Amino acid sequence: MTTETFAPGDASDARAGNQARPMDLLRFATAGSVDDGKSTLIGRLLYDTKSLFTDQLAAVEAVSAARGDEYTDLSLLTDGLRAEREQGITIDVAYRYFATPRRKFIIADTPGHIQYTRNMVTGASTADLALILVDARKGLVEQSRRHAFLCSLLRVPHLVLCVNKMDLVDFSQEVFERIADEFTAFAAKLDVPDLTVVPISALKGDNIVTRSENMPWYEGPALLHHLERVHIASDRNLVDVRFPVQYVIRPQSTVVTDYRGYAGQVASGVLKPGDEVMVLPSGFTSRIRAVETADGPVAAAFPPMSVTVRLEDEIDISRGDMICRPNNAPAVAQDIEAMVCWMDETRPLQIGGKYAIKHTTRAARAIVRSLHYRLDINSLHRDESAAELRLNEIGRVRLRTTVPLLADEYRRNRTTGGFVIIDETTNRTVGAGMIVEAA
Amino acid sequence: MTVTPAYQVTHLDELEAESIFVMREVVAELERPVLLFSGGKDSIVMLRLAQKAFAPAQIPFPVMHVDTGHNFPEVLDYRDRRVAELGLHLVVASVPEALASGLVRESADGMRNRIQTPVLLDAVEKHRFDALFGGARRDEEKARAKERMFSFRDEFGQWDPKNQRPELWSLYNGRHHPGESIRVFPLSNWTELDVWHYIARERIELPSIYYAHEREVLERDGMLYAVNEFLPARAGEERFKARVRYRTVGDASCTAAVRSDADTVEKVIGEVAATRITERGATRGDDRVSEAAMEDRKREGYF
Repeated sequence: MTTETFAPGDASDARAGNQARPMDLLRFATAGSVDDGKSTLIGRLLYDTKSLFTDQLAAVEAVSAARGDEYTDLSLLTDGLRAEREQGITIDVAYRYFATPRRKFIIADTPGHIQYTRNMVTGASTADLALILVDARKGLVEQSRRHAFLCSLLRVPHLVLCVNKMDLVDFSQEVFERIADEFTAFAAKLDVPDLTVVPISALKGDNIVTRSENMPWYEGPALLHHLERVHIASDRNLVDVRFPVQYVIRPQSTVVTDYRGYAGQVASGVLKPGDEVMVLPSGFTSRIRAVETADGPVAAAFPPMSVTVRLEDEIDISRGDMICRPNNAPAVAQDIEAMVCWMDETRPLQIGGKYAIKHTTRAARAIVRSLHYRLDINSLHRDESAAELRLNEIGRVRLRTTVPLLADEYRRNRTTGGFVIIDETTNRTVGAGMIVEAA
Repeated sequence: MTVTPAYQVTHLDELEAESIFVMREVVAELERPVLLFSGGKDSIVMLRLAQKAFAPAQIPFPVMHVDTGHNFPEVLDYRDRRVAELGLHLVVASVPEALASGLVRESADGMRNRIQTPVLLDAVEKHRFDALFGGARRDEEKARAKERMFSFRDEFGQWDPKNQRPELWSLYNGRHHPGESIRVFPLSNWTELDVWHYIARERIELPSIYYAHEREVLERDGMLYAVNEFLPARAGEERFKARVRYRTVGDASCTAAVRSDADTVEKVIGEVAATRITERGATRGDDRVSEAAMEDRKREGYF
């Protein structure tokens, strides 16, 4: 791409100071490779929302020119590490930020080739939306299916397929619809709650900020319009009250006496003063006396608020306990069925292996009782003869933990259904788990 | 907190909630945290978040200032006042003392940015700190864009960017062996504009040099530097008065000012929103050394 084609977009006042309406936050993950035009798309979004700074652009242009690139390689914007620039590859998830008057956006930009599973799973774990790119000339490739599968495994609520480089297929409706139909059919086999397909040209700016005049047959929104308006508020679980106790606040002070508050971030549900609650694993019940922040009491707490909950009764509660409702509680379980993605290059997950687990604010040790199968994420074939999971492999395992986890199914609750596996010798995070069943 | 009836929060509330969560995780899981407090706006915001995370209790950890000896007096005054108000314990890791004791040597260009690192690591070892809160943000610089919230450092304080722990959901891994430590960046997901909006919303006081004022400056490498004892004018450099403010506050010998009329927080927000140059690009001589200047310093243990 030449920089001349990179004309300023018209998402004007994108970084304006005073917002007329409150902005919310959308986290999205991008998947694809440089060849699909992912970096160009990100560059385009940053540029058109005035989030790309002139010194950043100048630095990238200088490096690109020194390397003899024919065009300014915008992947240099996100490839921040020396090794990445030297080898022309993206090693790790990079986080980028931009805002429009409606929303602030956090992009988890995940590399397409190297370590794609580990990075994609990491980026998708916190994403409200995932954006998958395909080249209109090539159509769906193995990698597109892999990315869609990982998004569904991680329960990313919204998926957007961008059919890019439409300018190179003469903005053909037929090409677009063939790709869209094929992807929609594939997604139907997965757990994809919401799918939007947008024909774009990241390089030329078609359907990025405004609807393209080159594709009058396309009736949907421009990409940025969709990102700004996709309804994410209902993605949160406001039904199941889950408050993992993170820290007990007990001031050692002569001014504040007899204060005991349970600090944490609401995982799901709504907590209000007066509500009857149950504390796990003890099973004791009480009522909420107050929900507080440093700015004073609040009428209700809900995700993602960090608050301090005070109860009517003195109960022994510590970090790792969970406040829930008597008639709506997570499983108190030591036998955990989970999908696990292995992330360690040195040692594979093995049957009989013992690991540390971090689940909500709770720590446990676990032994791998069995590995039911390893999943081929290209064919979705289950290999039941597998004896171990290597780096970037995904499988269904059964774990037995030393202490009960207070767990929900991941498909119902991404916070109380996800856990990480830590190697007790190296202390490295070696796996990510999504609970299928807890008993 | 601005709560709408639909149980929604603003992006600032969400960032605040995330930062508070991160700070509480550290205090719950690590033994000897410390907050790096430079008197700069990011560390001031961090301190506010720490107050909120543990209220009504006191902030349960000390703060540390890596003092290069090249300070803006307004910033030192602010530091001491804030620490006293909050009843905090202040640890000063002093570069001048380290120079006197021979721990470090002055670099040829007189800049003390790089020699801060051994001084910081020495203080960490002496006080056996195992978690260091830093105010770095991922939007500042591209090596920082790949930084974790919980960033592992080996016993030499080194960062290995190719070998970072995957960080999923909000499950942070703070496990480490004795002598190793974790750098924690609660403001990772904040941008410069978010920080300023938060300063406005929370009515946080900042050192006066963040707002437009008249100052004697000189121009060097296209940037405006305050004339002071640490930065004498070189031959051919002209001193002149200009109305400026600082976008970042670091060592007084390598932090530049920008021309500005923004003398209130609202005006600064307007200016930040309109600017097309990153704050480090505009004001930090130390980042101009090479394309990977920040990464190289971070590998050695810089914050």
